[in-house]
Amino acid sequence: MVQLTLPKNSRMTTGKTWPKPEGATNLRKVQIYRWNPDDGKNPSLDTYFVDMDTCGPMVLDALIKIKSEIDPTLTFRRSCREGICGSCAMNIDGINTLACIYGLEEISGDIKIYPLPHMPVVKDLIPDLTHFYAQHASVMPWLETKTNRPAKEWKQSISDRKKLDGLYECVMCACCSTSCPSYWWNGDRYLGPAALLHAYRWIIDSRDEATGERLDDLEDPFKLYRCHTIMNCAKTCPKGLNPASAIAHIKKMMVERAV
Amino acid sequence: MRFLTDRKRAAGLGSAKSGTEHHWHMMVSSVALVGLVPLFVFTFGQALGMTYAEASLYYARPFPAIVAILTLLVGFIHFKGGVQVLIEDYVHGFARRALIIGSILLSYTAAAIAVFAIVRIAL
Repeated sequence: MVQLTLPKNSRMTTGKTWPKPEGATNLRKVQIYRWNPDDGKNPSLDTYFVDMDTCGPMVLDALIKIKSEIDPTLTFRRSCREGICGSCAMNIDGINTLACIYGLEEISGDIKIYPLPHMPVVKDLIPDLTHFYAQHASVMPWLETKTNRPAKEWKQSISDRKKLDGLYECVMCACCSTSCPSYWWNGDRYLGPAALLHAYRWIIDSRDEATGERLDDLEDPFKLYRCHTIMNCAKTCPKGLNPASAIAHIKKMMVERAV
Repeated sequence: MRFLTDRKRAAGLGSAKSGTEHHWHMMVSSVALVGLVPLFVFTFGQALGMTYAEASLYYARPFPAIVAILTLLVGFIHFKGGVQVLIEDYVHGFARRALIIGSILLSYTAAAIAVFAIVRIAL
């Protein structure tokens, strides 16, 4: 049966409230999920106060400011700071998104930040994405060909290239998969929106010669057909992509080759 | 502890090479119900408030009887497929298979009872 309540050692507790910075007048309250695997305690929600007059505009700016000026133990992933690497994916104000491109002004009231939902936590805001990456690898996210390699390059028409738009932009941040209830309940077998979007990116690629094998591998009640078009993936994608549409196209191709 | 690689965990037992047929059957039964349910509501609505004798006469006519039989049959077949998906979503392990067997038996039993009841009223 699916787990509808958190296990005892995952239940949230009230955390530390850090002192307000001295002399600051424009403060915002930021509450952040904290969990340290080494101290044996339950996760807690720590409260910080950030001086908005000296803080950048994005949520990641606030996190970096907290880490630099208030609490150096706060742990989170970040790299590019412009929505390209997908490292800083987290649940901000109830939405899975990238901290680097989510503006503080978009949030009304207190700012609440949690790690991506329903994933094992490594520490604080860092989820364990090992299985997510392995599922991505399992869809063979590369060009598969049987014809001898051409002298120059594999050619593709402009219209065929356009079919990859809305697919190749995925940065594998895992916001979509971790927002999907089907992935929460059956993530061990359901590939999830991100891996399926990548699978479709190669299925629809005019240069790829493994279309049939790719569809064969996906034809499964759990790998593919757990998608019930809930659309959380499309709603939450920080890059504005639509994995649900890609999955629907895969299902359509499955029917096309069977009926 | 099991020393399985991440890739092996992700691959699991591989593809079942099924699922499309179930998906197609759900689509076909959905399309059928889009037409049947309004017809059923319309014909059943006509019979509402009738005496038993009047309703028997009404359902002795082919159109209301066939619409009712088809709606209930297709409805319970659709129900069977839908409940299976629901159980697969939320229940794991042995209980999953046991509940699926139960839901299939329940669906076919309900469909048989529905058809028998209509035939009995109609004839």
